[in-house]
Amino acid sequence: MASTFRFHQYQVVGRANPKSEEDVPKVYRMKLWSTDEVRAKSKFWYFLRKLKKVKKSHGQILSINEIFEKKPTTIKNFGLWIRHQSRSGYHNMYKEYRDVTLNGAVEQMYSEMASRHRVRFSCIQIIKTATIPVSLCKRVSTTQFHDSKIKFPLTYRLIRPSSRKLKTTYKAKRPTTFI
Amino acid sequence: MVFRRFVEIGRVALINYGENYGKLVVITDVVDHNRALVDSPDMVRTVINFKRLTLTDITIEIRRLARKKELKEAIEAGEVHKKWAASSWGRKLAVQDKRAKLGDFDRFKVMVARVKRSAVLKRELAKLRKTK
Repeated sequence: MASTFRFHQYQVVGRANPKSEEDVPKVYRMKLWSTDEVRAKSKFWYFLRKLKKVKKSHGQILSINEIFEKKPTTIKNFGLWIRHQSRSGYHNMYKEYRDVTLNGAVEQMYSEMASRHRVRFSCIQIIKTATIPVSLCKRVSTTQFHDSKIKFPLTYRLIRPSSRKLKTTYKAKRPTTFI
Repeated sequence: MVFRRFVEIGRVALINYGENYGKLVVITDVVDHNRALVDSPDMVRTVINFKRLTLTDITIEIRRLARKKELKEAIEAGEVHKKWAASSWGRKLAVQDKRAKLGDFDRFKVMVARVKRSAVLKRELAKLRKTK
């Protein structure tokens, strides 16, 4: 299955325009998530003008490149530290996800934040991400799968059409859910 | 109601949706309560949702995230394809596959063969009726 991610990780490098009094300005590098390169650059300037005294009007992007997962065939536990704006203020949060790619974990985080807290993409800032070793995982939702002898039934099964074309809205019979 | 097919490492499952439709795969790791990592000798190990998998009765002995070589050996040792071909589910799918591949003339041959078979059956039945 060629998985397509909603969010891509980009590494953006930029700095302020060189001036006569400061001909080698400090270079800043940022890793961030966005749907495409243009938005990544925009996000870069958004963060940089908050953190440092550099704005887009007097700055330049030196390079931008996408970062891909090294091993997309093994499962990792990802920890995400985020900061988000709610209706009443700012909150910090730590989230843990199991996935094969960091992009997948980030996508999970965005959809979970949207559902549980009604927080959209624009209100969330990712502070830090890390691959967490098993011993340091905190959340039950991840630790419950840390078992090489894991075994559980699938309790509610539906026979689904083999392709979208064969999907029907109405059925003559009730489905059997136990297989 | 007792469950007999479990999600576990080494469980053989059938893909029932998407591009790998109809493929037999082995669960090599569980991502979360919705998804598993599945593998088979001729594909790249991928994540798949349980909704797109149908578990079978067959299991093999592999360790978590088994290498391709180990997987191949375990599939051989577990006689997965032999067991699958012998199971009624596997046989049904094989028949369906064969039927779908028949051409017009092949279907005609099947029709003729069925006519012949039912003729023989009827003859034998009539004989039995007479002796009664």
